[in-house]
Amino acid sequence: MRKRIVILGGGTGGTMMANRLRRRLDEDTATITVVDTDDRHVYQPGLLFVPFGLAEVDDIVKPRHRQLRRGIDFREGEIDHVGLERERVTLVDRTVLPYDVLVVATGATLQPEETEGLTGPGWQERMFTFYDIAGAAQLARALESFDGGRVVVNLVDMPIKCPVAPLEFAFLADSYFTERHIRGRVELTLVTPLDGAFTKPIASERLAGLLAEKDITLVTEFAVGEADGEGGRLVSWDEREVPFDLLVTVPLHGGAAYVGRSEGLGDDLGFVPTDPRTLQTLARPNVFAIGDATNVPISKAGSVTHFEGEALTENIVRFLDGKELSAAYDGHANCFIETGFGKALLIDFNYETEPLPGRFPTAVGPLPLLKESRLNHLGKLMFQWLYWHALLPGRDIPGIAPEMSATGKELAPEPVGKEANDR
Amino acid sequence: MTTIEVGGVAVERDPEGFLVHPEQWTPEIAEELAHESGIPELTPRHMQVVEFMRERYLTTGTAPSIRTLGKESGVPIKELYQLFPKGPAKLAAKIGGIPKPRGCI
Repeated sequence: MRKRIVILGGGTGGTMMANRLRRRLDEDTATITVVDTDDRHVYQPGLLFVPFGLAEVDDIVKPRHRQLRRGIDFREGEIDHVGLERERVTLVDRTVLPYDVLVVATGATLQPEETEGLTGPGWQERMFTFYDIAGAAQLARALESFDGGRVVVNLVDMPIKCPVAPLEFAFLADSYFTERHIRGRVELTLVTPLDGAFTKPIASERLAGLLAEKDITLVTEFAVGEADGEGGRLVSWDEREVPFDLLVTVPLHGGAAYVGRSEGLGDDLGFVPTDPRTLQTLARPNVFAIGDATNVPISKAGSVTHFEGEALTENIVRFLDGKELSAAYDGHANCFIETGFGKALLIDFNYETEPLPGRFPTAVGPLPLLKESRLNHLGKLMFQWLYWHALLPGRDIPGIAPEMSATGKELAPEPVGKEANDR
Repeated sequence: MTTIEVGGVAVERDPEGFLVHPEQWTPEIAEELAHESGIPELTPRHMQVVEFMRERYLTTGTAPSIRTLGKESGVPIKELYQLFPKGPAKLAAKIGGIPKPRGCI
């Protein structure tokens, strides 16, 4: 009997898992079906560049089915729910897909309507998000005609995809307005619910230093209760206000809508409770999850999904063989942080080790960690090629292991000083 | 590891002051933890939130998020911020004797 593997979501995690599993399991052993609502695969890291005219929408979207190997069935359709008891997925058009193994890879969903006022007057006029294609394209037009005033970059609440993206947006905005010779007329502010620039202490301190250097005001512990598009102000739950002429916000995130309709699958936000090491869900032994869709305590990021892929592939193969799950993901994450003017920072961390300064060894030589450099910016640009040609096909990225390596990291970092951020 | 003493009994806490064993929690401990967090008095409204948090944690194994508290605890988010300044979910978890809600990264 051929086993039926159903993968929900044809984004980064779903595509990569389908390709990895197809290579490991021949077609007589298992069928692989990938389900998604549309056939547009977005290279999400590219969304950051669209508002600044540094990438075009067409450059970052490709058909989903074209990223899948031969022998993988792609279904376009909206998921209604997963029936864990009967081991089947029901689509909105009533198609039923029975499974032996299910992989949840439907990522996170933006929920701007959950914040009072945000989708009201001024939405997509002076209040934008760059977290989807339409929003990023609209924001590009708004920035083009913007000639001065208060720009507020905000994240409403964690968790969000790519937690460094709001910082990157602020850095790139500084660079963008400088190049347009209007930086002096623009007040840039980053408003965050966190108590610092980032979630981890050492990186947070370094990034706060960079914000200050670039004259970007940081407002912390600001939990947005209301976005007032007409009045141009963000209002926090504890009644503080930040005025804006242009708001760039990252809306609340939740899991995919069908997760909430699938009894026993998700948590209160629609993310799927998942064992952080084996990536088996707590819902059922034959249900696994990867990437942004899980609740594992690490950044929602493409690199995380990529590193999870190896352990998850191994565990699914073992599960089908009736063996104990042995592969373990260590929480490895690796993110380039664009800092503007053709430079970027690199951070590398896992469940136990926070981002530290030092040097990150790669196949082409070491990259500086937690420090601005042109090399890191080139690394970020090169990553787009690797994404389509190595990550999605399910190949390892040369010289970068799934497990975090301590090599090159300064375990007891020097105190942050001016030299530390020296360009 | 630190401890808090209530009625002559020492209760274990993690470095940030959250109880290590939620089952050791008592309303007296809640009062003590509230004072130390700058809340002079635990009103019935405070307790409504704290008890909701505890119950959710003990039945599901995870503490509810601020969004869920706002929707389901019967106390709107704005009031949550008045009752538990700055970080309602975190503070109510601490006072309720359950582990710190997992930091989002």
